[in-house]
Amino acid sequence: MSEAVPTQSALRPPRNWTSLLWFVVPLLALGAAAAWLSGSDWLKAFDSGAPPVEKVTFERMILDQDGIHAKVRVGGSEPVTIAQVQVDEAYWTFTQDPAGPLDHLASAWLHIPYPWVLGEKHEIKVLTKTGTTFKKDIDVAVATPKPQFNLLAPQALLGAFVGIVPVVIGMLFYPAMRGLGRGGLDFALALTIGLLIFLFADSIKEAVELALKAAPSFQGVVMVCIAAAVVFLVLFMIGRRHGIPTGLALATYIALGIGLHNLGEGLAIGAAFAAGVAGLGTFLVLGFTLHNVTEGIGIVAPLVDSRPPWPAFAGLALLAGAPAIIGIWLGSMSYSPHWSALALAVGAGAILQVIVEVCAYLMRNAARAGGNWLSPSTLSGVIVGIGIMYATAMLVKI
Amino acid sequence: MQKWIAQRLSRRKVLSGSVAAAGGATLAAFTTERRATAQAVHQSHAQSANTAAAAPQHAHGPMITVGDVDNSKNGFDPTAMLTDWEIGTVSQLPDGRTLRTFQIAGQDKEIEIAPGVFFPAWTYNGRVPGPTLRATEGERVRIVFQNGGSHPHSMHFHGIHSARMDGVPGAGMIGPGEEFVYEFDALPFGCHLYHCHALPLKRHIHKGMYGAFIVDPDPARHAEQAAAARSRLLGTPENKEWQEFVMVMNGFDTNFDNENETYAVNTVAHHFMKHPIRVDRRRPVRIYLVNILEFDLINSFHLHGNFFDYFDHGTTLTPTLKTIDTVMQCQAQRGILEFSYRDHEAGSYMFHAHQSEFAELGWMGMFDVREVTS
Repeated sequence: MSEAVPTQSALRPPRNWTSLLWFVVPLLALGAAAAWLSGSDWLKAFDSGAPPVEKVTFERMILDQDGIHAKVRVGGSEPVTIAQVQVDEAYWTFTQDPAGPLDHLASAWLHIPYPWVLGEKHEIKVLTKTGTTFKKDIDVAVATPKPQFNLLAPQALLGAFVGIVPVVIGMLFYPAMRGLGRGGLDFALALTIGLLIFLFADSIKEAVELALKAAPSFQGVVMVCIAAAVVFLVLFMIGRRHGIPTGLALATYIALGIGLHNLGEGLAIGAAFAAGVAGLGTFLVLGFTLHNVTEGIGIVAPLVDSRPPWPAFAGLALLAGAPAIIGIWLGSMSYSPHWSALALAVGAGAILQVIVEVCAYLMRNAARAGGNWLSPSTLSGVIVGIGIMYATAMLVKI
Repeated sequence: MQKWIAQRLSRRKVLSGSVAAAGGATLAAFTTERRATAQAVHQSHAQSANTAAAAPQHAHGPMITVGDVDNSKNGFDPTAMLTDWEIGTVSQLPDGRTLRTFQIAGQDKEIEIAPGVFFPAWTYNGRVPGPTLRATEGERVRIVFQNGGSHPHSMHFHGIHSARMDGVPGAGMIGPGEEFVYEFDALPFGCHLYHCHALPLKRHIHKGMYGAFIVDPDPARHAEQAAAARSRLLGTPENKEWQEFVMVMNGFDTNFDNENETYAVNTVAHHFMKHPIRVDRRRPVRIYLVNILEFDLINSFHLHGNFFDYFDHGTTLTPTLKTIDTVMQCQAQRGILEFSYRDHEAGSYMFHAHQSEFAELGWMGMFDVREVTS
């Protein structure tokens, strides 16, 4: 053995060098294949004479005193040239920034000095070099809100009303919940699971809807699934560092998941503002508030056993509710759909993590008491949770 | 909110003011800047830009296509098409009558129908509309048609001819690489057209296979209206007094959804806004107007600041409609317009389809009426 050691160590440097080489060889082979493919023209055999595939996606629309500004992203087998722009079936002058043909995945702003009419519908149509048309409807024309300080305050108030206020109201059930006993607590936790299942389904649906509006090259639906899965795994791993999270830790994860969902909800409200589709009436805002009260109950449910200090409640309320404010701020600036889809997907992943953890918490409690976690009581809790969320959502989905 | 609406209103006023050509210095600067940028985008077309275009484009404001079409690459110029009569080659038949022979080739060709927008057209002689064939009443006409395209085509003339010469399936419809000779007497005199009658008809028409076919009256056959007939007959001194233009009203469905994306006379959207038609104020104007627009039910011609006499189908020497400023035509309907700017001041006079949609999608133009000193 003592003789073998120097032999091995003598061998190691060349072996390392060889193994390094074997990382380089496949890359060289790939480079050679690419060089040969671009150098030869045998792919021309597949050229059927058909026009190039083109896709133009409208990502952002901004309406202001100078007219209409559209951010477009292109996809195509060849660079896409935007030749003309029609607004409401009339050719209109425009400038493109940056000018010239657009490569695959490139984006550009089209500035169109069009005298749009407040509250009415307009249709933008671009013609590419090949005569292919791509259309975008502006359903209700209103000036796109600018990030102005005097608007930040009312938007923040709105965000607080749909995010923080209902969570705080829900938390006010905390003393009452403490008096419910074991069965009552399990019911409250099951209710939380139901509400989270609803939020998860809602987030995924919203994310997929937005993803379908994004440029196809972003593979929106795949992006949503991957982002949700990655966020779930990361949070799950962090949460399990000290075993199954309970008490304040579990409440914090629930608040985080709900907070991320409220960020998405805020983005949607802000985007509705920007697109002019929402006249936010008292009824709609009250609907959001009512809808989110259940979230407050869900956050404090794991805290019934412990007695956390006051600031913890305040922190949880902010964590769950304040992202709605940020969402409205960002959403009203008319952000590209893939960013909103990503935000909602992250929220969905976070919610999935807390669904799993609350279930685990319920199971552990049930195991201690020697019963089955899925009792008629908890099952009805889940169903009632979903039912309340679904019913109150009817107030805000128009 | 109210303050904001006020801003909008004032902006709208500014924009409509620009149409009235009364825009102030600020507005002029704005338009010039836009134009400069637009031309930068279409740099390859910059050299073909007409210097005369500047004034009317300013007058018109931003409702227009950007850039200009490369006429040399297209191989035809809508302005030149107004007046380039194809008179064929003339020979004598044994019975002493005149035989007029035209050579026409069907050809697939990509053409630029609006700045930067390319259309895979089917053409006669590589142009859309096809050549304006012009003959005289009673002549024998022979059209040698070679189909160099990729689909069966024909030439169906609106005129008097036998069933064998009709250019429909079974009578003069030929496959790629084939040739057919259509022969008939040029009758009746008037403003006519020809188009491909291959099926599906809609596709063969909107792809570009059509052209004007003008038969001038023979003054000898119209003794009581010989002066009017002579003024129509190409080459007479009376005819030289007139400023004659042929306008084929057409459109293009660039995305093949059975609706037109562009409208025009002589193919190129907005061409005559950017390159107004120069007119001598003192000489009369005669327009041979043909409607071959596909998909839309009707088309029309409206003249600003003036009225015209209209000869439906051009088959009469007295007007069928007198003193009108708008005329409507269904597909394949055509006619002759006669008017004059003798009593007008020089200036830019607009003409366009009075379907606003067609006008705003390219079917509008300007007469640049000038004092010409001889």
